[in-house]
Formats: sequence, structure tokens, C-alpha cells
Amino acid sequence: MATPDKVDPIHQFHINKIVDFHVGGLDLSFTNASLFMVATVVVAGAFLYFATSSRAVIPSRLQSVAEMSYEFIANMLRDAAGKQGMQFFPLVFSLFMFVLVANLLGMFPYFFTVTSQIIVTFCLAMIVILTVVFYGLYKHGLHFFNLFVPSGVPGILLPLVVAIEVISFLSRPISLSVRLFANMLAGHITLKVFSGFVVSLSAMGTVGIAGAVLPLGMAVALTGLEFLVSFLQAYVFAVLTCMYLNDAIHPGH
Amino acid sequence: MAASKRPDETGKSGPGRQGGDHRDDDLERRRRHLEASLATRQPDRQERKEGAGGATGYGQAMKLSSEFIAGIAVGAGLGWMIDRLAGSSPWGLIVFLLLGFAAGVLNVLRSVGKVAEFGQGSNQGPRRKD
Repeated sequence: MATPDKVDPIHQFHINKIVDFHVGGLDLSFTNASLFMVATVVVAGAFLYFATSSRAVIPSRLQSVAEMSYEFIANMLRDAAGKQGMQFFPLVFSLFMFVLVANLLGMFPYFFTVTSQIIVTFCLAMIVILTVVFYGLYKHGLHFFNLFVPSGVPGILLPLVVAIEVISFLSRPISLSVRLFANMLAGHITLKVFSGFVVSLSAMGTVGIAGAVLPLGMAVALTGLEFLVSFLQAYVFAVLTCMYLNDAIHPGH
Repeated sequence: MAASKRPDETGKSGPGRQGGDHRDDDLERRRRHLEASLATRQPDRQERKEGAGGATGYGQAMKLSSEFIAGIAVGAGLGWMIDRLAGSSPWGLIVFLLLGFAAGVLNVLRSVGKVAEFGQGSNQGPRRKD
């Protein structure tokens, strides 16, 4: 374990136990990751609650931000999955807000980025995929498996094609979670590495301080890019969720 | 924004009209007009959004590589599990790794829109593949 003042780009992802807690051999300790997940939920909930508490006809700035986020997701879902998809609106909106707020909270210095842990993103992706599978089976029964049988394929090739389609379907939660996790992890490490350059260069006297301007500028630019990536990844996660839900609602058209 | 404006407008023009029927027709006509003009702008907006995503390039690379790797990883994982359960040692891994490779390629092609989506076979698939 490195000391925090040494420049170690991985240190920010270290999980510390805040409250040690064991139940029957299971380690259920409350860690800094849990703390920031709770913080994410509280911030997202409090924001939406206070933004919509006045409910004016002419919205205040805060209220119009909340309304915009509602309409953004509602339109996305309606475009991707049709009117029937709107029953999944709470799920998609919660996922979007959770990922977005977690990403943005991670942008604060010294804060922990929840979405840079693959287990968190994987659980979010599994929620989506299990919803798709169970809803698809409940709604369409065995017809749901038509999803894996593209029509117009010759009989001999069918087993091969179905196997490939099944693997392709199973790889969805993995690619969904890896994408979010890898983006956040890579972005935060890059940011930390460039900030580390500033520190170590400026320790080298006048020339070093003059040279440190370059990585400093880079770090500032990367911070801007990271805010964009935070939003973009939440958007991508929500869009893909909508597309997968569309498969559950209309398998095999 | 549109929602806050519409009641205002109808309220202003309402008393001048003769009946509720007429006003409803007018509203319906205007709503259809709005939808039509929105529809013409929609693809425009989407294209711009995609262009902005593609311009970074980085996002696109991340997306495609994760799709490809996920396919292979799932194939290898399935093969390994089948080997462990059935004791068919290297064969499950070999076959499913190859299938996973194919699935990864399929994922990549699907995410750039070159192959039809899940469950959409002959109606759209071959046409889009051409």
C-alpha cells in the first residue's frame, strides 16, 4: 500500500473498510465504496426531490433541469422500445441517474468513483439483463428464444448460428459493464498520471516548474474531457438498456 | 418548454373562436404540424450526436473493443465450464473459443450497424448486409 502523498495512480481505487462487519463468514463491511454509493443515491434523490418540490408551471432553473432529465430518458425509451417500454421508465431513469451522479461525484478530488469498480457496473448490467430475460420469458414464454433464431438461415447452419447468437447475447452484460468501468478507470488514471507529472516536475527547480505547465494544461483539458465522458457513459448505459429492453418487449418482430 | 407555452396560446385565442370543436381541430392541426417539423429535425439531431461521439474516436474504440473482448471472454468461459463439467478437456474450450470469436465479430458488426439486430432475420438482414 502506497502512502497517499506519493504519486500512485491506483491508490484512488483502494477500498478501505470504514465499519468492520461480518455475518457468518461473509464480509459485509461498510467500505468507502458503500459510502459513496449511499452518497450517490442520497444526492440523486435529494436533487430530484428539491427540484420538483415547488412544482411551478413556469419551472425554476433547478426544476427545468429535473424536467429535462425526465424528458431526455422518456424520449430515449419511447424511441427505442415504443409505448410499451414506458413501464420500464423507473428502472432506466434510476440507472441513468445512479451512473451519472456516481460518475460526477467521482470527479471531485479525493472522492471515490463507484463506477470504476467492475463489480458495481457488472451488477448494474446484470439487473438489466435479468430484467430482459425474465420479462421476455414471462411475456412471450418460449417465443422469447426466437431472439436467437434469425429467420432465413438454412437448417444445416442453424445450430452454429444459434450458438453464436447465444454467446453474443451472453456477452452483453459483460460488454455493458466493461465499457463503463474501463472508461471511468482509464480516465481517472490518466488524470492522476498527468497531475503526478506536475508534482514531480515542479520539484525539480525553475526549469521543472516551467516544464510543469504542459502537464498542468493537459490535466485541465482532461478534466473537461472526463466530465464529458461521465455524461456520455451514463447516456450510453441508458441507451443500451433501452435497446435490450426492446428485445424483451418485441422479440423476433 | 412547449408544454408551458401551449396552454397560454390556446387561452389567448380561445375566446375569439366560436366553439370548442373548432378550437380542438385547430389545436390538433397545429400539433400535427409540430410533430411533422420535429420529425424532420430528429434525424438531423441524432446524426450530429453520433458525429460528436465518433469525433472523439476514443469512445468508439472503447465501445468496439469491449464488444469484441466480451464475446471471446464469454465463449472461453462457457467452454471452460463445459470442460469442467463434462471432462472433455481441451475440446470444449477450443470449440467455444472459436464460437466466441465469431460472436465477438458479430457484436462488433452489430454495434456499427452492419448486421441486423437480434431477432430481425430475412426481412432486413440480407438487405442491410448487401
